[in-house]
Amino acid sequence: MNFPEDLKYTREHEWCRVKGNRAIVGITDHAQDALGDIVYLELPEVGDTVKKGEAFGVVESTKAVSDLFAPLSGKVVEVNDPLADAPETINEDPYEEGWMIQVEFSDPSEVKDLLDPAAYRKFVEEEAE
Amino acid sequence: MALRTPLYDVHVRSGARIVEFAGWDMPVQYAGILDEHEAVRTRAGLFDVSHMGEVVFRGPRALESLQRLFTNDLSKCADGQAMYGCLCRDTGGIVDDVVVYRRGAADLLVCVNAANRAKDFEWLRDHAGGADVRNESDEWAQLALQGPAAPGVLQKLTSVRLSSVGTYRFTTGDVSGVPCLIARTGYTGEDGFELFCPPDRAAALWDALLEAGKAEGAAPAGLGARDSLRLEMAYRLYGSDMDDGTTPLEAGLGWVVKLDKGDFVGREALVRQKEAGLQRKLVGFTLTDPGIARHGYRALRDGQPVGTVTSGTKSPSLGIPIGLAYLPAALGAEGSTFAVEIRGRAAAARVVKTPFYSRKK
Repeated sequence: MNFPEDLKYTREHEWCRVKGNRAIVGITDHAQDALGDIVYLELPEVGDTVKKGEAFGVVESTKAVSDLFAPLSGKVVEVNDPLADAPETINEDPYEEGWMIQVEFSDPSEVKDLLDPAAYRKFVEEEAE
Repeated sequence: MALRTPLYDVHVRSGARIVEFAGWDMPVQYAGILDEHEAVRTRAGLFDVSHMGEVVFRGPRALESLQRLFTNDLSKCADGQAMYGCLCRDTGGIVDDVVVYRRGAADLLVCVNAANRAKDFEWLRDHAGGADVRNESDEWAQLALQGPAAPGVLQKLTSVRLSSVGTYRFTTGDVSGVPCLIARTGYTGEDGFELFCPPDRAAALWDALLEAGKAEGAAPAGLGARDSLRLEMAYRLYGSDMDDGTTPLEAGLGWVVKLDKGDFVGREALVRQKEAGLQRKLVGFTLTDPGIARHGYRALRDGQPVGTVTSGTKSPSLGIPIGLAYLPAALGAEGSTFAVEIRGRAAAARVVKTPFYSRKK
C-alpha cells in the first residue's frame, strides 16, 4: 500500500495535495483497493461549494456505492472531468491521474485537522485489525 | 460465526477478499471482479460453490414425491438430465429456485441455494409424503468451471468423454482421481461444468483444475463476478429478485411452471393468478441516463413510485447499466420507459429484452 509523503489524509480515506490556498483531492490507494473496480463516479461542478466532512460526490465499484467526503471547506475550482468516462483511472493511479477535484479552501485552520502520512498509515493498519 | 467451505484456506492463501454471503465466508474476488468476469466470458473461471446445498430424494416414492413439490415436469427429465424449476408454497410464493439432477426415478439430487439449505430441507421433508429425503449438504463440495475453455481444460483431467455430456446433462466419473458428479450446468451463461465431489477432496480438485487450465488462462473467480455474470443473463437470484412473497409467474419464470403436468404444491394459486392476470412482473431494463441502479432503488413513473429494482450493475461485458425490476404489468412491455430514483434524482430507464448478453458462438 502506497502513502505518498507529500500528501495529507482523512479518516474517510481521501487525500489532499495542499498548495497555497488550494488543495487537490482524491481517494487513497487503500480506498481504491478496498472498493475494487471503480465503474461510476459523480463529482460536483466548478463553482460548487463543499464543506469539510460532508459528501461532495459518489464513487461506485462493481459491488458498492460510497460517498466522497470533503477534507476541507471551500469552492470547487477544477474538476477532473475525464474521470467520468474512465473511472478505472482511480484504481490505476489514485494519486496522480485519478485526482478528483481542486478546492480553494476558505479556512486554513482546517488543514491542521488532516492526518500526516504516518498517522494515516497507522489509522489504516488499526482499522484492518 | 460464518460457515466456511472446505476451500476457505485455499481462498485465503490465493489472496481472495472474503465477505459474508448467506451465512458463509466466501471469496468475493481474487484479482478483481472485472478481470474474473472477463476470464469467464473469454477463457475459463473456477468458482467455489460449496455453499450450495444438496437435498436427496431416494426410494420408490422419490420421483412422485418431488414431482408434487416442483413446478417443472420431472416426467420430461431423463435419467442423467438436470432440470431447473421452483419449489412453491400453497400461495404460489417461491420457497426456492433449484436444479434437480435426476440420477434415477428413485434417486434425485436437488441443488438448493445456500441461504435456503435448512428452510428447503425442512419444507421438502415435511411435504414429501413419507419419501426418503436427506439433507446431504455437508457431504458435497461443489466447484464450477465456466467459460469457453472449460471443456478443454476439464477433458485433460478425466477419461469421461465430455463431448457426450450435453447441456443440462450429467454423468459420474473421476476428475484428476477425484470421484465427481460432472454436470454441464452453471450460472454464468457460458459453457461449463459443475463438479460435485467429496469435501475432503475439494482442495486437490481445485488445484488440479487451475493447474490444468494454466495455458488457457483459467483463473479463480469469486461471488462478485458470479453476480455480474448471472445478471447479464438475467438469471434470477433468490433473496434479491424473488422470495417467498413472489410467484414464479411474477418473476418471469413461467417457462418452468408446468400447470398441465398434474397437481403440485402451489399450482392452484398459480392457475388463479394466471387467469386473473399478473399485477406486476420482473423485467430487464437499461438506464439511458448516467448512473447505476441498485437493489432496493425505487422505480418511478411520472414521479410516483410504481416498482422496485431487485438487481443492478454496470454490465462488464456491455459497458452499460443493466438491472431487473418489478413493474406493474402494464408498464412491463419491451420499450416501455420509466425512471429509477438514484440519490433523489430520476434516471431514465427503458425495458429491454433479456438476456442482456448472448454467448459468443
